[in-house]
Amino acid sequence: MEANAPARIPAASRSAARAPLPAPPSADYSSFLHRDDAGRAGMDFAIEGIDCAACIDEIEDTVEALPGVETGRLNYSSHRLHVGWRAGAEVRPEAVVAALARAGYRAHAFELNRAEALEAERARHLLRCLAVAGFAAMNIMLLSVSVWSGNITDITPETRDLFHWVSALIALPACAYAGQPFFNSALRALKSRALNMDVPISLGVLLALGISVFETLNHAEHAYFDSAVMLLFFLLTGRYLDHAMRRRTRVEASNLAALKAEIAYRIEADGEVVAVPASAVHPGEVVLVRAGERVPVDGTVRAGRASVDESLITGETLPRPFAAGDVVHAGSLVHDGALQIVTTAAGTGTFLDEIERLLERASTARSGYVRLADRAARMYAPVVHATALLSLVGWLVAGASLHQAVLIAVAVLIITCPCALALAVPAVQVVASGALMRAGVLINSGDALERLADIDTVVFDKTGTLTLPEPSLANAEAVPPDLLDIAARLAVSSAHPLARAVRAARPEAVPYDEVREFPGQGVEAQLGAMTARLGSPAFCLADDLAQQALTDEAMDEASLVAVRYGSRCALLVVRQRLRPDAVELVTRLRAAGRHIAILSGDRAAAVAPIAVALGIGDWQAGVTPAGKIAALEAYKAEGRRVLMVGDGVNDAPSLAAASVSMSPITAAEVTQAQADAVFLGERLAPVGRALAIAGRARALMHQNLWIAVLYNLIAVPLAIAGYVTPLVAALAMSGSSVIVTLNALRARPAGGGMMPAAPSADADGPLAAEGAPA
Amino acid sequence: MTVLVYLLPMALLLGLSGLAAFLWSLRSGQYDDMEGAALRVLNDDDMKE
Repeated sequence: MEANAPARIPAASRSAARAPLPAPPSADYSSFLHRDDAGRAGMDFAIEGIDCAACIDEIEDTVEALPGVETGRLNYSSHRLHVGWRAGAEVRPEAVVAALARAGYRAHAFELNRAEALEAERARHLLRCLAVAGFAAMNIMLLSVSVWSGNITDITPETRDLFHWVSALIALPACAYAGQPFFNSALRALKSRALNMDVPISLGVLLALGISVFETLNHAEHAYFDSAVMLLFFLLTGRYLDHAMRRRTRVEASNLAALKAEIAYRIEADGEVVAVPASAVHPGEVVLVRAGERVPVDGTVRAGRASVDESLITGETLPRPFAAGDVVHAGSLVHDGALQIVTTAAGTGTFLDEIERLLERASTARSGYVRLADRAARMYAPVVHATALLSLVGWLVAGASLHQAVLIAVAVLIITCPCALALAVPAVQVVASGALMRAGVLINSGDALERLADIDTVVFDKTGTLTLPEPSLANAEAVPPDLLDIAARLAVSSAHPLARAVRAARPEAVPYDEVREFPGQGVEAQLGAMTARLGSPAFCLADDLAQQALTDEAMDEASLVAVRYGSRCALLVVRQRLRPDAVELVTRLRAAGRHIAILSGDRAAAVAPIAVALGIGDWQAGVTPAGKIAALEAYKAEGRRVLMVGDGVNDAPSLAAASVSMSPITAAEVTQAQADAVFLGERLAPVGRALAIAGRARALMHQNLWIAVLYNLIAVPLAIAGYVTPLVAALAMSGSSVIVTLNALRARPAGGGMMPAAPSADADGPLAAEGAPA
Repeated sequence: MTVLVYLLPMALLLGLSGLAAFLWSLRSGQYDDMEGAALRVLNDDDMKE
């Protein structure tokens, strides 16, 4: 937690290095504003670009300098900013966004969803319970240690009774409060006629308390108040850890949702165009989408013509012409032209019916998986109860008094209570998910770790997964540098997605003052006496060059752009590029004995060269979403456990159908929601690292469970034999819990928190990856 | 053993005050941003000249 801060750079040099971002378009933020009773307005933002401690001050000072703003408070762990305005002041959220953009941060309006608010409340409740149990455990232990040492020296029975009564005074209310999470869950389980881990826990605690009160009334030597409370303390620790891990990934996930929330340009009844969050568009309303923008909603084209790239939906990389009457899907990218779209579905409901149907079928397939901890618990609870009951009966048969037999049965219940078991899995999950986060992987569910560790087959989607989501310039070396400079400067003025690829080759390019755009053809600027043009080969009079290039080699999956400056001319080849470390990752996975396959929705001509470059023999092209599921089922039928890595909407059902799934951060929203893990950055390395960390985590979970079993093998016979005094119970319980927790810490990768690739994962994290599809 | 008459209540009171302090810090949001708190301590903006 402490080791992941990047190297500290003084504030001054940081802000100098940070380039201001272009001002975002104005938008209607009213749905995100909250007002308190005094009339003060407040609003939350998710912030991108925070990377060091100096950012805290910079952001808060920037915001508080704005007129009307009373407070700006940044939460560094969750990267969220709360802004409060003075009562009666004019509230201008767009000024906050603009000011932060000038300082080099992207701010996104953010609303805490209900599920997350509930989780936060539950976490606080658990922490309160933990505090009460901790307080009670410490104070009772103070009294218990006095009694234990007094019992072998000279404590008077009166003093012992007093100490027991004081212990009872602390333990009874403390357990009533701190035991709530367990009692409630045990009751729920019993009501549905099931057994869970909380049933033996609740029974153990209640019996220990009951028997202790009874013993105290009879002036006995031993009472188990400390055991009951300590039990709760350790179990609550495990519960809290488990909760903290899930909450942390949920925080990241909802930040991502806010970062991805798109702006839609709604056409009002009077013809005016207003920018609104895509979530505020209702079915039936008309939105305008221009060249270079992603379609924010599902709908039907009302007017306009454009070529649209649906690679995020279908995996197909060639743009396709759209005209009035065609159906478009959210996430499609408009290349040129503009479309007016009548919305049929907006917000979360934006995906194809077929995908939805497939998703439903596929996700039921995975629900058969039972988590490791639950499997352990299912075997555990009946065994515990049977053992306690048997020792009760056994001692009665052997001639012990009822009082003695009950005492022993309770000792068995206490000693078998799954302290170590309850910590064994969550402690490893917390440490491993922290390690994953530093490696640039966010996991959605705790059991994903267990499933990742089982993988023997990795299936990749091609478009956007093996290749980068945005096409890039493939022949930069072959183009004369001065022509490339001109091309990049021209490209800055164009919204066309191919122009973005040209621009990326020269990131420092500044636009020319006067650029004319010819829709569907290109852009032109007058440089002194010469004319410079960037656009289609025909527009730049470079058809002969283009013909030549096409006959040259397998160029049909590339797009051609030309640049002309006076009489000179050059051809720019823009194509999907493999992620920089795709070859390395595939080689390494194969070396580790894993089968690799490609399932793509794109044409065979586009998939074949990629498969050859990666040396993958098992590939299929032109696969429909249903076909992908069928292929995965075929693997499953062979007994393989499959990791599916994909990003398109067409991959969503197969992600749900695979035993475990990952998607890059640039993936479509539906797809990300299905993925068990999301990885950041341009590289594929996080996939390999996730597999490695998961493997180690599972090994540690198994070790921990075996430690818990070993502990029981030693402690239970002692308890049955009647040798477990409260002192022995206390030592055994805390000893096993500490060992299991320490063992879990080994899930941290060797060499501390900083992994070699962590800085790069930071650098091209959400901001860089998100910057592109606007 | 009469010393116990005031030692016991004192021990309990000390423990309870610790618990109360923790619950107060929890309520006032001091556990909401653990990483930020670790870094904010380094900033010296509050030392206005």
